[in-house]
Amino acid sequence: MSINDIFNKKLKVINTGIESFKENIEQAGAEAIHVDWKPPVDIDPKVWETINAKEDLINEANQKALEIILKGKPNLVGMDLAKNVIPGMKPNLILHSGPPIKWERMSGPTRGAVIGALIYEGMASTPEEAEKLAASDKIEYAPCHEHDTVGPMAGIVSASMPVFIIKNEEYGNQAYCTQNEGLGKVLRYGAFSEEVITRLKWMDDVMYPILKKAIESLKKIDLKNIIAQALHMGDEVHNRNRAGTSLFYRTIAPAIIKTSDDKQNMADVLDFINGNDHFFLNLSMPAAKATLDAAKNIPNSSVVLALSRNGTDFGIRLAGTGDKWFVGKAPLPDALFFPGFTKEDANPDIGDSAITETVGLGGFAIASSPAIVQFVGGTAKDAVNYTLAMYEISVGENNIYQIPYLNFRGTPTGIDVRKVISKNLTPFIDTGVAHKEPGVGQVGAGVLSAPIEPFKNAIVGFAEEIK
Amino acid sequence: MIKGVIKKGAYFDSVTLMIVSKDLNKIEGVADSSVVMGTNENKSILKMAELYIDMFDDADDTDMLIAIDAENDEAFNKAVDFIEKELDAIRNSSDDTSDFAPKSFESALKLMPDANLSLISVAGKYAVAEVNKALNANLNVMLFSDNISVEDELKMKQKAVEKGLLMMGPDCGTAIINEIPLAFANVVNKGNIGIVAASGTGLQEVSSIITNLGGGISQAIGTGGRDVKKEIGGIMFIEALKALEKDEQTKVICLISKPPHPEVLDKIASEIKKLKKQVVAIFIGADEKTVSASGAIPAVNLEQAAVISVALAEGKDYKEALNELNARQEKNKTLAKELAKNNKGKYIRGLYSGGTLCDEAQLLLKDTIGYTYSNTPLNDDYQLSDIWKSQEHTIIDLGEDEFTAGRPHPMIDFSLRNRRVVDEAKDTDTAVILLDVVLGYGSNLSPEKEFAPVFEEAKKINPNVAIICSVTGTDKDPQNRAKVKQTLENAGAIVMNTNVEAVELAESIVSFL
Repeated sequence: MSINDIFNKKLKVINTGIESFKENIEQAGAEAIHVDWKPPVDIDPKVWETINAKEDLINEANQKALEIILKGKPNLVGMDLAKNVIPGMKPNLILHSGPPIKWERMSGPTRGAVIGALIYEGMASTPEEAEKLAASDKIEYAPCHEHDTVGPMAGIVSASMPVFIIKNEEYGNQAYCTQNEGLGKVLRYGAFSEEVITRLKWMDDVMYPILKKAIESLKKIDLKNIIAQALHMGDEVHNRNRAGTSLFYRTIAPAIIKTSDDKQNMADVLDFINGNDHFFLNLSMPAAKATLDAAKNIPNSSVVLALSRNGTDFGIRLAGTGDKWFVGKAPLPDALFFPGFTKEDANPDIGDSAITETVGLGGFAIASSPAIVQFVGGTAKDAVNYTLAMYEISVGENNIYQIPYLNFRGTPTGIDVRKVISKNLTPFIDTGVAHKEPGVGQVGAGVLSAPIEPFKNAIVGFAEEIK
Repeated sequence: MIKGVIKKGAYFDSVTLMIVSKDLNKIEGVADSSVVMGTNENKSILKMAELYIDMFDDADDTDMLIAIDAENDEAFNKAVDFIEKELDAIRNSSDDTSDFAPKSFESALKLMPDANLSLISVAGKYAVAEVNKALNANLNVMLFSDNISVEDELKMKQKAVEKGLLMMGPDCGTAIINEIPLAFANVVNKGNIGIVAASGTGLQEVSSIITNLGGGISQAIGTGGRDVKKEIGGIMFIEALKALEKDEQTKVICLISKPPHPEVLDKIASEIKKLKKQVVAIFIGADEKTVSASGAIPAVNLEQAAVISVALAEGKDYKEALNELNARQEKNKTLAKELAKNNKGKYIRGLYSGGTLCDEAQLLLKDTIGYTYSNTPLNDDYQLSDIWKSQEHTIIDLGEDEFTAGRPHPMIDFSLRNRRVVDEAKDTDTAVILLDVVLGYGSNLSPEKEFAPVFEEAKKINPNVAIICSVTGTDKDPQNRAKVKQTLENAGAIVMNTNVEAVELAESIVSFL
């Protein structure tokens, strides 16, 4: 090359820094593109030295992780009670969303859901009694994530709850999730009133056996296929699951008719699914979990395998750092509130549902679902821009999950913690908002960018584990 | 009362913040203010400007700091509201219509795979990483940022040379590549004069004069001022020189710099000797002999460099052109006599926004009226004891850090110079107020509107004071030189074609006092 090469070409400029320089160049008749640059996150230079020295190794490990994630085949293969299938589940164990947390630090909605679960399990008869029990050492707590499970919002799972069983057919690992209760006053938002418990009991007694039989008759339902179709139908399968739920309904309805005989119950179950646009969330989440867990324990991989919040802390886990959690404070979402509620009522971000973003769905696929950005007054273009930004922090693109508007480009997949730090750009997450007091329920829905602290901690922890 | 706010994680580039904060001091009850990102450099600037408060200790690079010296809480709140509204407007203006802005060089390159130049103006400590990304991807670089170590500069330039790429800067404020003005540059004619400059304002002045004389520019390559120092060894200056020699569009090469280190000058000289093309050089402050020794045709000031270059480019005898300049000086004497008539002052007060122009003024005056007081004097004995107060003949550079701390550059923000013009008018010893107005991209878009009312006020205070301006720029600049000139003249100023001519007139006036 020679300096003279540029003299004979049209000038094409990448502008980083002062934005008006780009406008001036365009005004003068040349092409320019502006980099929406932000200072990188301040990290001990030694950490970067360690990481950069092993760049090739890390890239290779990340490619391996990506390949496993892309090859994953999550199928719904059955249902059972938590105590029968979830590894390590026992009567006095309560699973919750997010990183580990003790009762003392639990947020309102998580506490509310724990109270509800203890009443549901018959271990307490009043909220007061439940609260006392919950605070005692008789009850143990653990993150869903540490038991191959995911739970939306408070994510409370107790021993008697029926769960979906999702198997990653490619790698054999399984993931579990409870049945979705619908919107309004529900356990996952920390509500525990009588209507909440009554509904849970109906789901146990009526819906669970009907669904279980129907799924058994189908042997398996290909969730990856349903998710791929749902993306083409306006879902991002985190905050919008209308298409996914409809597709599931189409699949399950004939099987229900074939395997059950109580017309009223069948109609009730089908109506319940039909009336709950979020029903499929409790399938898209474990599908994501089963897909990602297959990539656990890949040495030197900086790919994120879990983004998760418990209403107090925001935690993440990486493929290359085993079972370690890296945590920071959970932020308040930027939300549209239901009438009568304001930001004052909102609980910090909560739920395992950001597992969808981790696998390249949800906020990462929001360009497929412009309806969601309307939650916060955004435009369709915003949705596209959010997805485009997420490619910046991802290792690759999905082979099956695509975005029609971007010419069927695969969704950004496999978050690389190095890119998050060097670009100071965190994952974009769609989310529901819970009331901060126990027992109230959902108060809004919105979007947020993950906080940077867990990623800062993660990159330091990652550097320590590089081999 | 100084109060402040920290906006966590709110990042805006410095120019956006300057533009937004420009009108802040106009809010009633606000004495002074600054809006900056929380870098250590900015923090020390706030300390210098006495706008620092302890809470800023907790802020870091990604946090925005708002510091307001307000009379009361009401004024403070008003100012903060104002900033928030302005920034909101900027942020939201891009929401609906703007295309996706990539967040990194890598993804920008994906969107523009045939990009061939990277213009970088992020804070110095982040800039080196951005430069290396660009060089590794075989892009030419213009690095506007300063605060880069000499070691880094050398490494980046060596890498660029290895790859056959331009590495303009650090601290390169001006360049014109393929007719496109980059950063702070003027809209000039296309032509056959190629420029290599280690001085940004020098490049602007010469390329503008060339255009105003009817000549044109093939390429104008900035190197950053440090390139000709010993440590860097003129590495990019020489590469640019070689490139212009090879460039078919270029007929004449014009070199602009402060005097290079003697070793570097030797290198440049031996390079010039190899060239077939004619080379004109202005090494501001160096004597003719030094320049001649390099084999270049020497110019003693920026105007001469432009005049000689144009003559050569047109195939004319440049000595004739220089004679015309001398004749002009004679003609201006008549004007000077006129202006000296009722003038009761004694001294020239030069208030500059361009550093190189300020140096040039001091050099020109040194030969006739002697050394002048300055914040950047040629002779240390002439350091102003108080930069805010002129002494005898005073020529100051308001673009220096001691004036700009926490404020935009005087080419953008005229408020400081405006105040100083009025102060000088009030001083009965002032005979001439000498000013530069630098046009082009990046500068204030209507300098005439800033100056006109101030000139009128100054003339009211002191009707016989001479206000002399030079305007660096062209009629094709966004500000339009002719329009600026007309407005300033209407407001009572004498507008000269070049800084040299303005200085000559000023010294001529005082010679008649």
